[in-house]
Amino acid sequence: MTADTLLTPDRHHATNAPVISMMGTRAMLFEAPGEFTMRQQQRIWALIAHTENRPDIQELVPGVTNLLLIFTHAPEHPEQIADWLRNAWETLPPLQIEGRLFEVGVQYGGALGDDLAAVSAHTGLSPEEVIRLHHEGEYTVCAVGSAPGFGYLHGLNPRIATPRKSVPSLNMPAGTVTIGGMQAGISALTGPNGWNSIGYTEICLFDPHRSSPSLFAIGDRIRFYPESIEL
Amino acid sequence: MITILETAPLNTIQDLGRPGYRNLGVGSSGVMDPLALKVGNILLGNEPGDACIELQTYPFVIRFETPTSFAVTGIDAPLTLDGKPVLAWSVETAAPGQVLQVGIPKKGARGYVCVSGGIDVPVVLGSRSTQLRGSFGGVEGRFLEAGDELVTQPATGHLSGYGAVPPARILDTRPCEEKTVLLRAILGTDYARFTEESRERFWNHPWRITPQSNRVGYRLSGAPLTLHDRIELRSYGIIPGIVQVPPAGEPIVQLADANTAGGYPRIATVIEADLWRLGQARIGTAIRFVECSHEAGVEAEQPISHYLDDLRLMVAHYRASCQSRNGVKSGGKA
Repeated sequence: MTADTLLTPDRHHATNAPVISMMGTRAMLFEAPGEFTMRQQQRIWALIAHTENRPDIQELVPGVTNLLLIFTHAPEHPEQIADWLRNAWETLPPLQIEGRLFEVGVQYGGALGDDLAAVSAHTGLSPEEVIRLHHEGEYTVCAVGSAPGFGYLHGLNPRIATPRKSVPSLNMPAGTVTIGGMQAGISALTGPNGWNSIGYTEICLFDPHRSSPSLFAIGDRIRFYPESIEL
Repeated sequence: MITILETAPLNTIQDLGRPGYRNLGVGSSGVMDPLALKVGNILLGNEPGDACIELQTYPFVIRFETPTSFAVTGIDAPLTLDGKPVLAWSVETAAPGQVLQVGIPKKGARGYVCVSGGIDVPVVLGSRSTQLRGSFGGVEGRFLEAGDELVTQPATGHLSGYGAVPPARILDTRPCEEKTVLLRAILGTDYARFTEESRERFWNHPWRITPQSNRVGYRLSGAPLTLHDRIELRSYGIIPGIVQVPPAGEPIVQLADANTAGGYPRIATVIEADLWRLGQARIGTAIRFVECSHEAGVEAEQPISHYLDDLRLMVAHYRASCQSRNGVKSGGKA
């Protein structure tokens, strides 16, 4: 095992330090320590704003409390960039983004939200309670990714957090309202999906021909309200 | 213009991909074997990023409606132009009405039909590549179908009779190890979280490419890998080549049409310089991962760059000499 490939030594001991690792030769993943909080996500946003003007960056891919940096060329000394990132992480204030507010009507339960029973079983809450806790929260778009226009949402009540399914659904429709671990979402495309479906909404999250192809942007807020409930 | 006469599903328009939109969830797409497309575009004097037809299923039959110089790269397959054999990795010029047939490859998986000037479909988000999941790019974001008409630029001269030595012949210096494809890979973020036995086996035992493999990713079969502890990761950005291990323990290599984010534990990443080998590996092929340092991964780009530079130089000389010969000939006629 070579020491230079994993850029964070003693990762199992330093729980307050970010984990930085290479993904191949041309990408570097920065993972924040600690829980999935808005503050940690705002620190990732600050890191994006600080990093995006580096001339060696081809793409920045925000994730959930992490950031993938894709370089134009494989860096000769990745550890220097890792140090630069660690320093920025420690010194930058969190970046607050005042996004737009979307109110999204959801058809809860039914055939298009048929993992509601599994979420109910996992959490020990009634389906009505799961639905109530889901639409009472206000969610923030932390990152857009995975599929075109898909927003990773913060704000899920931990009481309804439910692990991803071990066997993904093969053909989950676009617009399915989902829970994946501590994350909430609305599926952007029809296709295989490992998250738990609890409802359905009719919004178009992505159009490549719009001037802003993705409906959601980092910092936008979402409130769900029940259009219908079918148990 | 080209008319598609016969095609099975899974064939699409691709170029070198669509970088720059991962932060909107749009993956790179692009050819699975970028080296083969680069060779085709060099042979034809195209821009490096001009688009081609990527073939994954055969036979594939097209008719050239205008004079078109073309090259089929990536595979060793029976090719005929109006029934007459033509060589892969070589330039030919078709007259209007001539029919090109691409048969089942003897070697390789993905064929690239490259034409002079490239295939002209609309550029969407900076690329002509087909984004199947998003249903855009290429021809209406879908697989090609019989009857599709593709816009090309008419050939400017009658180029033919020259080609490239296939890259595998230059770049594979090792003796064929029972046809096992060797892929150099760099340790992934969660490497140390796998049991020692699993880590050892990841490198030392071959993995087989299962039928559940496509442009999105290859699912591998072999004895499952295990973690010290089960982990639930937050979603993180990914790139083609990353090797993830879902709970069932058999690795997945994410490829050109992969999502932009994932959540499975990461054991390694195949270096970019070896991704083309994976693009040409068929279902059922055995592969073996070879541990590689960052420095070795960077150096692995060198032989590929040299191969392409040499080819570019030779093609430029050949085309220049053809042009001057043609110039003399036509002058002689006048």
